[in-house]
Amino acid sequence: MAETVSSEPPTETATPDVATSTEIAPIVSTRRFAAFREFWGYFSKNRGALIGLIVFALLVFVAIFAPFVAPHDPDDQFRDFLLVPPAWQDGGNWQFILGTDPLGRDMLSRLIFGSRFSLLIGLIVVTGALSSGVILGLVAGYFRGWVDVVIMRVMDVILAFPSLLLALVLVAILGPGLVNAMIAIAIVLQPHFARLTRASVMSEKTREYVVSARLAGAGPIRIMLMTILPNCLAPLIVQATLSFSNAILEAAALGFLGMGAQPPTPEWGTMLADARQYILRASWVVTLPGLCILITVLAINLMGDGLRDALDPKLKRS
Amino acid sequence: MLRFILNRLVLVIPTFIGISILSFGFIRLLPGDPVDVLSGEHTMTPERHAELLHQFGLDRPIWQQYLDYLGRALHGDLGVSLSNHHSVMEQFLQLFPATIELSVCAMIIAIVLGVVFGMLAASRRDTWVDQITMGGALVGYSMPIFWWGLLLIIVFAAGLHWFPVQGRMDLAIFFKPTTGFMLIDSLLSGQKGAFLSAVQHLVLPSIVLATIPLAVIARQTRSAMLEVLNEDYVRTARAKGLREGRVTAIHAFRNALIPIVTTIGLQVGTLLAGAVLTETIFSWPGIGKWMIEAIGHRDYTVVQGGLLMIAIMVMVVNLVVDLLYALINPRIRIQ
Repeated sequence: MAETVSSEPPTETATPDVATSTEIAPIVSTRRFAAFREFWGYFSKNRGALIGLIVFALLVFVAIFAPFVAPHDPDDQFRDFLLVPPAWQDGGNWQFILGTDPLGRDMLSRLIFGSRFSLLIGLIVVTGALSSGVILGLVAGYFRGWVDVVIMRVMDVILAFPSLLLALVLVAILGPGLVNAMIAIAIVLQPHFARLTRASVMSEKTREYVVSARLAGAGPIRIMLMTILPNCLAPLIVQATLSFSNAILEAAALGFLGMGAQPPTPEWGTMLADARQYILRASWVVTLPGLCILITVLAINLMGDGLRDALDPKLKRS
Repeated sequence: MLRFILNRLVLVIPTFIGISILSFGFIRLLPGDPVDVLSGEHTMTPERHAELLHQFGLDRPIWQQYLDYLGRALHGDLGVSLSNHHSVMEQFLQLFPATIELSVCAMIIAIVLGVVFGMLAASRRDTWVDQITMGGALVGYSMPIFWWGLLLIIVFAAGLHWFPVQGRMDLAIFFKPTTGFMLIDSLLSGQKGAFLSAVQHLVLPSIVLATIPLAVIARQTRSAMLEVLNEDYVRTARAKGLREGRVTAIHAFRNALIPIVTTIGLQVGTLLAGAVLTETIFSWPGIGKWMIEAIGHRDYTVVQGGLLMIAIMVMVVNLVVDLLYALINPRIRIQ
């Protein structure tokens, strides 16, 4: 393969290339479809992963359509209904199915709107950590030398700190708030992506298809992003799923410690911290937000396990 | 072996320098003037500002400031707390045993139960035992531990009154600490009920802190065992007629140890991060709670010193784990 490509000067291939590419396109798309079917075959066999996927899809639905699903506005204070217990308990009220908080706000509506924050936090943090981590990993693994040493030592230093503590300190520098908490968590999570990408790049770099791409005249950026990266995706997808749930947990922990989202934002961790003093009088104000965090994180981790099993060739063989 | 140790020690140096730069840079990265941050005075004359600038050494080149900081840190001087003017190092050493005691108890629970559950799941692969233990492990792994702690308090402390809600010792019992480890001190004090009280105070926080490491160790033990149980030497051991328990516990487990030890080593960071939350929930007077309070009070010299000490601790533990591998697996030594 390397020889055939290298023997063709890249400038003269314009016309024959068009002809072949139109023939190749349907083959490639059916191959992709077949690969997806194989992946889905493994994934759907895993009952836990399917349950996780369904719960996650439900959460996404609820988060997107929160204003239509929620019975009340999350910030509306019903002054005559402070700390009403859930409907099925003594003194409950079907107007507030999951009860109200100390300020008379409907718990269900706040939890529904809270799903928006958690999912958005996960999405933004993973996107940030993934893109910066992948770029650093690609550069380190492709160029090696002192660039590699500098990047990886910095990653080592970040990993030397317990993640929550480093995130806390970064928030102390940046100032408390949801956006800064997300930046801090993304910084803390990105070394994992950088390490994974670097390791994959180093093992892929010497493969024939990369050498042939280089001989065909592809520049380093094209080789890194178009040739090597698609072949390192599987572990990155699994890591991204795990980081998604980690980001939600860490953001909730920061919220709980008063360094994340600030009240009255209906973020689950912040809600929990806000209501902590009522823990003995009205346990639902503490149990329900935590349960939502657990269910969300569990669903994502179930999906992550399914993805890992479906994408890991070593397990496929056995 | 000596060469391996030396190699590994040399690798620690750049990480240490990075850690110290980060902790040195922390105060300079904070918004506002470092003089204001370090003095806690917000309205001062330009003369006073210049005086303090000189006193803190902030008027010198940055690299000199860093070397100064490093030199002092290496001699155990981490400055004084901005809020109570006590030595940061002394405070750290005073609170450190509480965190260590809690972490060690949590780690013992996590390792013992994690390995047992993991081996159980692996030896009964695809049965209900496997599914329940691994389902439980996944729930543990997904647990927001600050919530888990509050739940345990609601049920076992406030509801059933089995365990106390907070602290390390019953307020009615008093003795002078000698080692800082409550379990040992309470025994040394000879007071009736002191040891029992120390144990009771430890139970809930240890369970909370152990949860995530336990789940991770159980999952890792299961997968490491499954990998090894397919190996030829395990089949040979079975063919020799050895009992299954012996095959699993001795032939398979010893070879599954390396990934398990790696995982245990990696959990130390998780444990220290978890300690921040656990200590806050249970008002446990350790490093984690101290750091959170320092961040809350803007006591930045404490945050800086604590950050450095914790990172050094994680680094040293990782080093020890690496050396342990070499002890378990001769192949690593030779590489």
